[in-house]
Amino acid sequence: MRKFTSLVAVAAPLIRANIDTDAIIPSREMKTVSKTGLADGLFAGWRYTAIGGRELNPDFVLNKPGYAGTQILLGGENFGCGSSREHAVWALFEYGILAVIAPSFSPIFHGNCVRNGIAPVKLAADVIANLAAQVERDPAKAKLTVDLERNVVIAPDGSRFPFELDGEAREMLLEGLDAIDLTLKQRTAIESFAARDRARRPWIYSIPSATHASVKSS
Amino acid sequence: MKSDPSTLFDKIWAQHLVAEMPGGASLIAIDRIFLHERTGSIALKSLRESGRSVADPRRVFCTMDHIVDTFPGRGDDTRMPGGKAFIVETREAAQASGIHLFDVRDPDQGIVHVISPELAIVLPGATVVCPDSHTCTQGAMGAFAWGIGSTEAEHALATGTLRITRPRTMRIQFQGRPRAGVTAKDLSLAVLSRFGSVGGNGYVVEYAGEAIRALEIEARLTLCNMATEFSAVSGLIAADDKTFDYLSGRRFAPKGAEWDAALADWRSLRSDDEARFDSDLSVDIADLGPMITWGTSPQHAIPVSAHVPTLEHSGTTRESYDRALAYMGLAPGTVLTDLPIDAAFIGSCTNSRISDLRRAAAIVRGRHVAPGVKAICVPGSMSVKRQAESEGLDKIFLAAGFEWRESGCSMCFFSGGESFGKQQRVVSSTNRNFESRQGPETRTHIASPETVAASAIVGRIADASRLPGVR
Repeated sequence: MRKFTSLVAVAAPLIRANIDTDAIIPSREMKTVSKTGLADGLFAGWRYTAIGGRELNPDFVLNKPGYAGTQILLGGENFGCGSSREHAVWALFEYGILAVIAPSFSPIFHGNCVRNGIAPVKLAADVIANLAAQVERDPAKAKLTVDLERNVVIAPDGSRFPFELDGEAREMLLEGLDAIDLTLKQRTAIESFAARDRARRPWIYSIPSATHASVKSS
Repeated sequence: MKSDPSTLFDKIWAQHLVAEMPGGASLIAIDRIFLHERTGSIALKSLRESGRSVADPRRVFCTMDHIVDTFPGRGDDTRMPGGKAFIVETREAAQASGIHLFDVRDPDQGIVHVISPELAIVLPGATVVCPDSHTCTQGAMGAFAWGIGSTEAEHALATGTLRITRPRTMRIQFQGRPRAGVTAKDLSLAVLSRFGSVGGNGYVVEYAGEAIRALEIEARLTLCNMATEFSAVSGLIAADDKTFDYLSGRRFAPKGAEWDAALADWRSLRSDDEARFDSDLSVDIADLGPMITWGTSPQHAIPVSAHVPTLEHSGTTRESYDRALAYMGLAPGTVLTDLPIDAAFIGSCTNSRISDLRRAAAIVRGRHVAPGVKAICVPGSMSVKRQAESEGLDKIFLAAGFEWRESGCSMCFFSGGESFGKQQRVVSSTNRNFESRQGPETRTHIASPETVAASAIVGRIADASRLPGVR
């Protein structure tokens, strides 16, 4: 996974409460069993003039002059609520978004960001409104800094806003760690837990193996 | 020595704690993993591509529910562009990895959160994960069940564990008993309306109180289903004799001596009287009526008989309020029961179980859907469908002008196939009224199956208890 340490980039305000993952990437834009090929579907319902079309809606923030190369989103409460689809995060990442700043995140979306190198940064709504106001004056030049090493967001006017991210999430992002690799190092602990647990809760484990009849596609 | 009083969640957590990680997360053992063809397919594929395998395939289950067609006589073909590939790839990956699969034509196929309890895959005290936000539904069985992403699912498949930061605990106590006609769906909408769609952010929410003990299992599943709409990690209801009776003898339930041992363990899994929660809330439900949403977030819920609230009473910001009203084509003060509807949908992991269908059928029996209203009923599982047909419910729905479908998630969301249409007003027993959730620019009002059924008959949003001429 790509490391996230510090980022200075164009930030786009998309400050609406409850931006859900259906809005970030509609179901209809998830066309194959793949983590890629999703950037075109990002915010499809808002970004284009027609459903399924690709003509840009000039009113949508990411399509406005000055927001080219946006890597930071400024969002509202409960960002990423709704469906667990990780495609929302894959689409954001593929588009180039590396940090989302919002007052709160859906827990699943938050976890998906951390697993994919996107920093979910929590700041108060009034701070985000202030950042948005500064950015909007000249988006291409008024860049934001998201510094994960120092846990701080720096506004274009130089003011600094500290944020918190729990230890493991921060470490995963800073180091670009693969969680499965890390966990597999705990194999001994996992095996000894399983041995104890099997004796204590045998009913959890006593499920017969699956039997697969040969199924033909119909 | 007596141990400190602890919550149900604390007890489940302690039973599954494998190790504490240096960064502050905990390594938690996962008892059951469920996958579906939309998001599970990619987890299986990615796992295989990384050269890893499923740690214990016997405890992994997969169903076809999200993309699969619900039209009678369905096969692998779907109306969703590219949909068939998801189904075929999921099947191949499931077979190759040796996990359990409830395929398109399997008699146990159905929506994951309907079939997991139905087959006793979820058990009290178990940890259950699925790359699906509504996994919280299964918390109704006394399990810690929560939605994750596909990468997390891959982690769970490969290691049998997840690394998670311990969530905070919340309890919501329901005071009083619901009036007749007030269902679990109405309770969950009342919670959202009262505390907002971020009210449970990051919590595991235990629902408690006399009203919860009185709820049947299927109603509890409906209540916990919407914990994710509350931004909670999950919902939870302590298992009791109703839970044990429900599970006993089902396909994957423990048998014989193991059942007895399990039961002894499960009976200890409830919050101690003195247990402390990080947040403790209470809702009085004695005066609650049937609820419905007016806007584009599940928190935009009001009594069916009410007016669209003014901004001051909407519990939302001006921006969200204006946007929601414009999207829904409503004005402040509009009486919801004056609103004509275009469609009615009964189904989804929220409200598609046999008790839901029985209650809806009791309302449509001997009546007919209003002219111009498209009405659809989609049972949550093939088992629910068979049971309904054995009771003649299908004939009641069909005679009333409803479509009667095969089981699946269907039009709870728009996958690119079927849609209700632009600016069509739909009353739906589902869980999300987000913009374009049920189709581009479709206007969704979520409510109980009773309210959906009554609205379909009247042709306007309607309170089932006020239907004229109930037979």
